[in-house]
Amino acid sequence: MSSYASQKSAIGAGKLVRAALYAVLILFAVYYLLPLFVMLVNSVKTLDEIRGGNMMSLPEHFTFEPWLTAWSTAQIGVEPTGLRPFFVNSLFLVVPAVVISATLGALNGYVLTKWRFPGDKIIFGLMLFACFIPFQIVLIPMARILGLIGLAGTTSGLVLVHVVYGLGFTTLFFRNYYAAFPDELIKAAKMDGAGFIRTFTRILLPSSGPIIVVTVIWQFTNIWNDFLFGASFADFDSMPMTVALNNLVSSSTGVKEYNVHFAGAILAALPTLVVYIVSGRYFVRGLMAGAVKG
Amino acid sequence: MSFTVPGKTQSMLREILPRLVLSPSLFLILIFVYGFILFTGYLSFTDSRMLPSFDLVGLANYTNLWGQRNWMTALQNLAIFGILYIAICCILGLILAIFLDQKIRGEGILRPIYLYPMALSFIVTGTAWKWFLDPGLGLENTMHMWGWSSFTFNWIKDRNMAIYTVVIAAVWQSSGFVMAMFLAGLRGIDGEILKAAQMDGASNWSLYTRIIIPQLRPVFLSAFVVLAHLAIKAYDLVVALTNGGPGRATELPATFMYSYTFTRNQMAVGASSAVIMLAMIAAIIVPYLYSELREHR
Repeated sequence: MSSYASQKSAIGAGKLVRAALYAVLILFAVYYLLPLFVMLVNSVKTLDEIRGGNMMSLPEHFTFEPWLTAWSTAQIGVEPTGLRPFFVNSLFLVVPAVVISATLGALNGYVLTKWRFPGDKIIFGLMLFACFIPFQIVLIPMARILGLIGLAGTTSGLVLVHVVYGLGFTTLFFRNYYAAFPDELIKAAKMDGAGFIRTFTRILLPSSGPIIVVTVIWQFTNIWNDFLFGASFADFDSMPMTVALNNLVSSSTGVKEYNVHFAGAILAALPTLVVYIVSGRYFVRGLMAGAVKG
Repeated sequence: MSFTVPGKTQSMLREILPRLVLSPSLFLILIFVYGFILFTGYLSFTDSRMLPSFDLVGLANYTNLWGQRNWMTALQNLAIFGILYIAICCILGLILAIFLDQKIRGEGILRPIYLYPMALSFIVTGTAWKWFLDPGLGLENTMHMWGWSSFTFNWIKDRNMAIYTVVIAAVWQSSGFVMAMFLAGLRGIDGEILKAAQMDGASNWSLYTRIIIPQLRPVFLSAFVVLAHLAIKAYDLVVALTNGGPGRATELPATFMYSYTFTRNQMAVGASSAVIMLAMIAAIIVPYLYSELREHR
């Protein structure tokens, strides 16, 4: 590692080259930060100042009003409820969906690596392919089934949907992680008479910390950010945050309150951003695990 | 929980329990994924309109689909969007990764800045960029205020250019992720090979073009698969950024499917477009998964 790194520092030895390198890197940092900056700055301006001013300039009259409006009084549907109830909807959707899909994924990964049986590879293949299907292919029958089992337009219905279509990824994550776990330890535990469940809870689970974090972050981000399922299967009372935000931003009635839109957008982004800032390292690992199979 | 069941029952339990644990998930996947695929596939051969119908009409929906101008627009847009999105993300991701890999001070600050857009919902990204690209409010207006009065950037209002604004926003969201993949790839390259090449007098440029980049082939493949499947599924971003407009200029297969199925009461045509989408993704994913699973046997 160190010899390789020193070689690479030799590659960019010239001072001018290094200055250019930094310039490019900083330029791109500006590019990635700009939209967030614009949203933040304009979410604390008055509407007049936005209309008459420059989107890059800092607010002359700092106001927190748009945030309060977005949170509790903005008109999403007929009533001025703000985004709060939909934020709560998303929480009630995300927590059970993440817990259930991660638990099932852990058990599946355990069975598929440590209790193998004929045909398990085919089952894994079926689950893996399920990760990638375009969800358009399931929208019509899903709407029918949710209606049939009485879960149409409910948060429970959305939980079911997200558990089902998250299973492939959670199983994949745990399977890959447990595949690298030494079989000898499992064998020894079995010799000692530990059964299926005790082997899992005593041997595997205590060392599953990292993969649990990765899976939870992955599922949390995906479910929180989902729009398609929310737009297709939720009714007004169970609408998740992303759908409510889109209604707020694209509603064609009345004056477009851009500052409120921005505050709302940041509110919708906040949970995943916080998760990302707190545990970015795991977030990256999750993305990688989702990308690089095997 | 403890199992104090004696002898034979216990060993039988051991045999069955793992499969029992797996079975709910397998059941869910078989019904909700593969059963539903068959159902949608079947619907695509029927005369379903507002509600599912089971009367078969042969390939009528598919001929109808390929005769629709909107569908052709959607496919054309997908081609433009997909190619540019994948190519720009890969090029940008690779360049940023190589630059960041030069023992950069502050890498720990830059990397998360490049990557954070991936944590955002496409709806948030679309909201931000819609405003940023709006000629009256965003970049164009700002440039005018800064004194560059001839600056115009109204792609988002222009039928012929609007699809490129989707590319801009999507690249912003995903390129940092591709960078992270390439960076991990670069860090995994064996230093000894590079040392040997340098001893042989290879220049920095040829070191990268001849040795390092070719070694990143698996990363290119993974990036391609991930980005291609994201492109085919792209829906939220278009809804938030342009809502398919102006007119139907930024229609993509996913928005086409949604509007035909749920607002235009042409469910069977919507179903057939979903089948085509699945076929496109399967054509990319199945060979990839097959080779990946074989390698790691």
